[in-house]
Amino acid sequence: MQKSFAMAALLAASCGAHAASDADLAAIRAQIDDMKKTYEQRIAALEQRLVQAESQASSQAKSEKSVPAPSPVENRQSVAPTNAFNPEVSLILQGQYRHAKNVPGRGITGFVPGGEGLNTRGFSVDETELVLAANIDPYWRGQVIVAMADGQANIEEAWFQSLAIGQGVGLKVGRYRSSIGYLNEQHPHMWDFADAPLMYQAMFGEGASYVQDGVQLKWLAPTSLFVELGSEIGRGANFPGTDHNNNGTGGGALYIHVGDDVGVSNSWRAGASWLKTRASERSSDFVEQLGGNVAQGVFNGDSSTWLADFVWKWAPNGNSAHQNFKFQSEYFVREEKGSLNATSVDSSYKTRQSGWYAQGVYQFTPQWRAGLRYEQLDSGTRDFGANAANLVVDSYRPKKASAMVDCSWSEFSRVRLQIAQDKSMFGITDNQLTLQYVMSLGAHGAHKF
Amino acid sequence: MKHFIFACFFGLTVGSAQADLKIFATVPEWGALAQEIGGGKVKVYTATNAFQDPHRIEAKPSLLAQARQANLVIAAGADLEIGWLPLVLRDSGNAAIQNGQPGYFQAANFVNRLELPATLDRANGDVHAAGNPHTHLDPRNVLKVGEALTARMAELDAPNAAAYQAGYQAFAGKWQTAMTRWQKDAAPLKGVPVLVHHASFVYLLNWLGMKEVGTLEPKPGIEPTSGHLTGLLARQPGAPAQMVLRAAYQQEGPSQWMAGKTGMPAILLPYTVGGTPEAKDLFGLFDDTLQRLLKGLR
Ligand SMILES: [Zn+2]
Repeated sequence: MQKSFAMAALLAASCGAHAASDADLAAIRAQIDDMKKTYEQRIAALEQRLVQAESQASSQAKSEKSVPAPSPVENRQSVAPTNAFNPEVSLILQGQYRHAKNVPGRGITGFVPGGEGLNTRGFSVDETELVLAANIDPYWRGQVIVAMADGQANIEEAWFQSLAIGQGVGLKVGRYRSSIGYLNEQHPHMWDFADAPLMYQAMFGEGASYVQDGVQLKWLAPTSLFVELGSEIGRGANFPGTDHNNNGTGGGALYIHVGDDVGVSNSWRAGASWLKTRASERSSDFVEQLGGNVAQGVFNGDSSTWLADFVWKWAPNGNSAHQNFKFQSEYFVREEKGSLNATSVDSSYKTRQSGWYAQGVYQFTPQWRAGLRYEQLDSGTRDFGANAANLVVDSYRPKKASAMVDCSWSEFSRVRLQIAQDKSMFGITDNQLTLQYVMSLGAHGAHKF
Repeated sequence: MKHFIFACFFGLTVGSAQADLKIFATVPEWGALAQEIGGGKVKVYTATNAFQDPHRIEAKPSLLAQARQANLVIAAGADLEIGWLPLVLRDSGNAAIQNGQPGYFQAANFVNRLELPATLDRANGDVHAAGNPHTHLDPRNVLKVGEALTARMAELDAPNAAAYQAGYQAFAGKWQTAMTRWQKDAAPLKGVPVLVHHASFVYLLNWLGMKEVGTLEPKPGIEPTSGHLTGLLARQPGAPAQMVLRAAYQQEGPSQWMAGKTGMPAILLPYTVGGTPEAKDLFGLFDDTLQRLLKGLR
């Protein structure tokens, strides 16, 4: 613990530090600058002569009134013309030091886990993300994001989107992060905290995002109020659904986003979304009432998730470079209905669970930001029908409070210290400390609001 | 292809007849120029103001909503808007304003860009890979961009082509006169060495024959650090600067510190239209810029 604080202090100190300037280098630079200035002045003189010549020519043309002025030639000079057709490449390096309690199979009490559980402690490197993107032709643009970890490379996203349909219509086809909610579309390097809110882990498992293989169709209304309607259909293979090798679709979503500015300093976006998936043979662990042994339960049925999200951003005069504040909150309700087979007993299965988080992040200097997050889930009602007598039904309200400070040397490098009190598991109060880095190499990607 | 898809999803085509050319300008200077040329025939929406760092704009919902309806997007170009505009264009669902379409105009493509880097390495900071994009502070560039923009507006809105040509001719005439005046007034500024906060004034200094002897940012896009400022201060006796310049959107702290240590004046320049109360339009922008520079000389 003390060591990690020392490390944080070290990193923080270097964040405020500066590159030592070498006197020789400075002198050389000054010489080069001088040379450059001389050339620039010469070019300027030439330009001026050109402008004069042009204006004479155009006045001649005007007086003759015969030849239309030649339209100016567009000059799209770039530094590396041979590379111009290659995709934009960027790479995200992310890793952390984490101090937490050892809880094998870490989960959230009262919620069906969507993965093995995140119990990594000490030093670790997160998935390394490789992003490739380019316009395919005037009609389409493509992007792929590969997440690399030891011995594996996962296709996180691989899609193409329309550029030329017009009328506010956007089409995306392939594997994509669903546009439901606010955080769902954001990759971990864009998060304001070192981990995803409990709500996203409860909804979608470790990845904390719903990824769909399918088609997204959205429409932006021709109004000065931002109104975006979207629909998605696809394979629905990911938790809370399961993979079906069927004809037809396994899941779908609908969403609406609305947003605007308030004055010059504030802007906001609000959204509502609905996600429907189907699960067959979705197995998860339950606890037997007698003896307390772990029992495998298999769920078949439908899962519906409703989400509401809200983001408010403030920056003085809309200039977010120096100071800004961001408030963000989301709420979800999930209902699952179907059948459960556990301890060789078939029963009905009906649950209704919910949760929310709210967070605020304040950037008080160009380099430093600080943020607080509070979140709570409600295991809600879980009706296991005939299995109610066999299985333990946890009723619990998982809670977590987090605080973070981060420092960015530039737009491309960031280090973050986060402390959290995690009460997401019954009977365990886990005080966590995370020291995290996020580094972006390569192309300057544009970030969503 | 385009029509096929569209018909598939909606089975109808919506004819959009509009009286005005709807222009989405990313920065105030080019919005102001479009207004000069288009007059009453255009409706100009300016996405940012003079107090916002043009390198750090976010893809706000309001910008998407405006881009959706635009016939023409005027960008500064040279990657100035790389952090937000590509996203806004793609998510706008507006086919007319995509890169490569006539409805997408980049001002920097029509001027001779300065500071094209020989090598690209972020070790040099957030360098502008396509050259310095702050091209508008050389009034000769304003004319070049104006001419190209007029042609583009005429292409997109042929019925009003003559009006745009006339608008541009009237503007260019006044501009030429103003330029002669500015060049005469600015004569004392020639050769004056200055420090700048960010390389926002390269074209201005180049036009006026002034000398940039250093930037307060250690590298482009990196905020001034005390170490770097001290280094600049140490260089002052050898290569003295006479004033330190910053744009309206930049923090005053670093240039005030420099001014306090050296006694040179710290000068706020409007940088773009709206940056000072005097810089109401493009003429005001240059009038006020020169006045502030000349005042710094005294
Ligand atoms: Zn710049």
